[in-house]
Amino acid sequence: MMEPVLSLNGITKTFRDGEKSCPALAGISFEVAAREIVCIMGPSGCGKSTLLRIIGGLDSADAGTIDQASGNKDGKPSAAMVFQDHALFPWLTVYENIVYGLRLSVQNLPEEEIAKRAESLLDLTHLTAFALSYPHQLSGGMKQRASVARALAIKPSILLMDEPFSALDTFTRRELEDEVVRIRQDLKTTFLMVTHNPEEAIYLADRIVILSGRPAIVSDILQIDLPYPRDPADPAFIRIREQVTRMIRGKA
Amino acid sequence: MVLISKQSIRDYGKGLALIVILLIVWEGLALLIQNNYILPRLGEILSVLLQPAAPVLGGESLIQNTIQSLKEVLTGFLCAAAIAIPLGLLIGWSKEVQTYLNPTIQILRPVPPIAWMPFAIAWFGIGFHSILFIIGMGAFFPILINTVDGVQGVRLRWIEVAVTFHATEFEQLRTVILPGALPVIWTGLRVSFGVAWMCVVAAEMLPGTTAGLGYLIMYAYNLGQLQVIGAGMIIIGVIGLGADTLFRAGQERLFGWQGKE
Repeated sequence: MMEPVLSLNGITKTFRDGEKSCPALAGISFEVAAREIVCIMGPSGCGKSTLLRIIGGLDSADAGTIDQASGNKDGKPSAAMVFQDHALFPWLTVYENIVYGLRLSVQNLPEEEIAKRAESLLDLTHLTAFALSYPHQLSGGMKQRASVARALAIKPSILLMDEPFSALDTFTRRELEDEVVRIRQDLKTTFLMVTHNPEEAIYLADRIVILSGRPAIVSDILQIDLPYPRDPADPAFIRIREQVTRMIRGKA
Repeated sequence: MVLISKQSIRDYGKGLALIVILLIVWEGLALLIQNNYILPRLGEILSVLLQPAAPVLGGESLIQNTIQSLKEVLTGFLCAAAIAIPLGLLIGWSKEVQTYLNPTIQILRPVPPIAWMPFAIAWFGIGFHSILFIIGMGAFFPILINTVDGVQGVRLRWIEVAVTFHATEFEQLRTVILPGALPVIWTGLRVSFGVAWMCVVAAEMLPGTTAGLGYLIMYAYNLGQLQVIGAGMIIIGVIGLGADTLFRAGQERLFGWQGKE
């Protein structure tokens, strides 16, 4: 395995609400290697999103460490996040949304440099014609593509995605899944993605991390050795899908 | 598009119809009563309005009086906004600050601006500064309350996006909270401008003032010139409508995204 981009060691989290305490994560440890696509699955409410939020810096862990390699030249570790709802800023154009994080994370980047990166991302996500549109003028799939472009703009060491395509229709969803594979190919991006859909996980992932129910521990890590592009109708694919479904049901 | 504009023309027509009916009723009653001290004829009011540059009742012209009032309103309104918006951002953002300030704000808010008049005169003397203070008091709270509401209504998810990009607190304020709250702040400004306009007229009615539409109305009242009062009221109403229309147009233009995200 290549040098890990992200390694989690014993991440533990308990939610407290007054007297009540609700353990969510009980020592989660795994690694994600560079250029890997890893999917996190598990019964609903098992803390998948919480784990991703902790890695993304939106929540803090009670115990455990997160080691993140730096993804860019200036040596700062950078994880970018894509949410289930596109979370684009409605008052900014698609272009301004895409460069939002870039402007924040790299201060005083010359405007031509910003424009160059935005153009290549617009091109990558097929949004060039919509650069000056506002989010409410886009379809659901386009919004989510813009959201992915915004995250990619900072050249993240890892892209964290929390059920990014679950609000989309089946066809749009498959289209975006294909783009994830293509982006990994083109930009050498590393992905860590939470999904509740076994087919999506097997379609995309090099490995699937399966969490158990509350409090969550890593119950299995499944290596998917099918070549890309994968075919959901392939008997091997179907066999793995059955297996994954069984594994998750058993954990609920 | 054509259908929409036809619809809006029809709506304007409906609104206009009532105004025309009211004018006819007014004129009819005026003819019946035949007393300028109770109900002046429309023609009399109109003749005042049609000579906006001529001195009214031996004083300043309509235009000069209007400009004076507008100057007071705009200055008071802008001063209020300059204090209320930053303060509202701070209160909306920090629970702690809100806990400290909220009781004071809620006690001061229902006090009618004009009630401050004796204090204003005592502190600032008669004239421009006192009027500014009264207008500022009236304009302040709608802006403040709306700014606080606007900040507290900014979607948490937007702030989280900023946090994932390592935005500092000030950057969050500048790039997410302020633009996210702006439509609600704008509504506050619109309401506040209307209040400021009402305050100026009331403030100018107090002794010691020498110009402005409120002053003109009070002066005309003392001389029993009801047609001048009518003209003043019409100007106030039309300017109020104009300002509101501008604010609404601005709202649509600037915040067209609202409610569509």
